[in-house]
Amino acid sequence: MDERYIRNLGALTERECIVLRTKTVFVAGCGGLGGYLIEMLLRLGVGTICAADGDVFETSNLNRQLLSSPLTLGRSKAEAAAIRAATVNPDVHFVPIPQFVTEENAAELIRGCDAVLDALDNIQARRILARACTQADIPMIHGAICAWNAQAAVIMPGDDLIDRIYPEGVSLNSKASLSFTPPFCAAMQVALCTRLLTGRPLETGRLYVADLLDMELTSLF
Amino acid sequence: MIEVRFFATLRTDRGKITQVPAEEVSTAGDLLRRFEIPAEEVAILLINGFHSKPEDAVKDGDVISLFPPVGGG
Repeated sequence: MDERYIRNLGALTERECIVLRTKTVFVAGCGGLGGYLIEMLLRLGVGTICAADGDVFETSNLNRQLLSSPLTLGRSKAEAAAIRAATVNPDVHFVPIPQFVTEENAAELIRGCDAVLDALDNIQARRILARACTQADIPMIHGAICAWNAQAAVIMPGDDLIDRIYPEGVSLNSKASLSFTPPFCAAMQVALCTRLLTGRPLETGRLYVADLLDMELTSLF
Repeated sequence: MIEVRFFATLRTDRGKITQVPAEEVSTAGDLLRRFEIPAEEVAILLINGFHSKPEDAVKDGDVISLFPPVGGG
């Protein structure tokens, strides 16, 4: 057992740690959620992380995006993630993809992955990603944030949860987010992902809604 | 009475929970209008825990839960 994963033991079995090293995950987005997802997956010890984002860092990202700093302003988020990966855990195979997830590239981007993590910031891209996951038969771990609130869910192929939580006509009016909301949401997603990848019992199709202002966790569906 | 539970940003200026006399509303949409919540600002509308729509009827004893869209990343 690699010493760097020793403290995983007790929470995970040695066999589960070895299983995680065989898994490939796709992270859609390297911004607020994506930066923390990548950090947690690197330290957890998954085998391969593919992370896509076509954006570059801007000043308004600095209040919450782990990979942003005054030094990375104007730089590719995916490339910043690759530098972080090489620094934190060079044993993880990290594939940076400086592209947005689109209708045209989604199927190719997620091909061969064991799980897809949603760190996107808009409803349209989430619908594209969810459809691609269903077509490729890959589970998607949804995550989203707004202000003091975070939500996460494991969506199995064929489940229409994304359409139910973002019905036609609904719009995102607030871009508010605080420094602690993305890591909280990412933690829920990576915990769910760990259970999924290690084959532990898991309730899928359930939406976990966290309110950090009132300290409430509600589960729906 | 009908119990209305607000979640996340819908709690701003409305609180967490309130009661509405059943005779004053007939649909979930009536409740949205009463609390001045535009339909596009409600992502999930539950009546007694079941996924519902604004046009669905509400009655005495029902519990309505309203969640705004949470979509940042």
